[in-house]
Amino acid sequence: MDLTLNVWRQNGPEDKGHMETYPVSGVSPDMSFLEMMDMLNDQIIRDGGDPVAFDHDCREGICGMCSMFINGEAHGPGRGVTTCQLHMRSFKDGDSITIEPWRASAFPVVKDLAVDRSAFDRIIQSGGYISVNTSGETLDANAIPVPKPQADEAFSAATCIGCGACVATCKNASAMLFVSAKVSQFALLPQGQPERASRVKRMVDQMDEEGFGNCTNTGACAVECPKGIDLSNIARMNRDFLKASADSE
Amino acid sequence: MSNNGLLKSSLAKKYLMALTGLFLCTFLVGHLAGNLQLFIQGAEGQQAFNEYAEFMTTFPLVKLLSYLTYASVLFHIVDGIVLTTQNRKSRPVGYVKEKGSANASWASRNMGVLGTIIAVFLVSHMQTFWYKMHFGEMPMHDGLKDLHTVVVAFFSPENSWGIVAVLGYVLAQMALAFHLVHGFQSGFQSLGLRHPKYTPAIEKTGYLFGIGVPLLFAVIPVFLYITQL
Repeated sequence: MDLTLNVWRQNGPEDKGHMETYPVSGVSPDMSFLEMMDMLNDQIIRDGGDPVAFDHDCREGICGMCSMFINGEAHGPGRGVTTCQLHMRSFKDGDSITIEPWRASAFPVVKDLAVDRSAFDRIIQSGGYISVNTSGETLDANAIPVPKPQADEAFSAATCIGCGACVATCKNASAMLFVSAKVSQFALLPQGQPERASRVKRMVDQMDEEGFGNCTNTGACAVECPKGIDLSNIARMNRDFLKASADSE
Repeated sequence: MSNNGLLKSSLAKKYLMALTGLFLCTFLVGHLAGNLQLFIQGAEGQQAFNEYAEFMTTFPLVKLLSYLTYASVLFHIVDGIVLTTQNRKSRPVGYVKEKGSANASWASRNMGVLGTIIAVFLVSHMQTFWYKMHFGEMPMHDGLKDLHTVVVAFFSPENSWGIVAVLGYVLAQMALAFHLVHGFQSGFQSLGLRHPKYTPAIEKTGYLFGIGVPLLFAVIPVFLYITQL
């Protein structure tokens, strides 16, 4: 396959940045999108240029590192896939592909296509955990009965890999889907109950502090989420926050 | 624990948006019920509509509701502007290529634009009827302010701007329809009222309400115009 890539190049956080066009040829339809990017970088290095910086790690769809806004969509045209799981067979020979970094004030560009997603880490630090006594008297988690439907729902909320596609695709750069998944995975389980109210308040406060936008309920986040996190999590967080705020002194 | 407090949080702004929006949906039902009397032709219709207008402007409980409606409109608009401004700031550098239609409905992505169209319509609409009824010079009929004649004359071929008024009214109702189709179910979601058993019914109701109410509103001026041709 021969392709034309329009790639965002930005030489550091302060640089203004611009789109640059690269022709690539000999792309195999069996390549993953990241392998195609590796090929592009190989070509750029051979030509004596600076390779395109992009985030990646596991390359099997479970780490949440790869990002990229491809042809106007987070993680490209596929559904339920990360960029590493997107294959070049999703494109046609001769296609022109636009590749941009996640765009949000809370996700500043580090270089080229790599953005700083530590805002998500700070939201987790603010309350995305349960406090467990680790003195050796820890209660075995399996000893606490959890109804199967709740366990399944908590698990599906917990499959969020924190990639940031929800923020990238949201017209308001809102982090509601991510935060609500992280709130829900504990809110649905007995272990999450003691800190349920304080957790949701702290995490929403931190989310606002980071400068993410507000939720318009367009539902774009859930469509683009590689893990299929759904909007019921956002509703749960809306409920929990209202209750926690009403109950607090 | 909470540094921001409920009212400053992003979610509180959404609760306010939802509550005022859903309250205004109930206002629409009341308003529409009155307007439907414009379909009654002749002196009987004139009397019925004028009595309704008199009731709406003088009955104490309705007056109280009307103040709540004004407040809701105001808060809904101000809150909407605050939210939109924040949202713009959340993405200072936009995408070169963005395929919004791939994952969200057009209405959900354009609530601000639709709301602005409705707000502009509201100013003109209130100036034409509400202001005149409350503070302007009104013709009288049977001891009542004759709003019926004012409305009928406004959407009339005799009025040189009559056709513009009808088309503007229909256009505004189309904007309202799109606004409601997304807004109705979105209000429930913002308040956390989502449930696998009830949400499909809420969404269906929102769709029917969002199409049905503006459609009925829009048919009235068209009917008035055509019957006077």
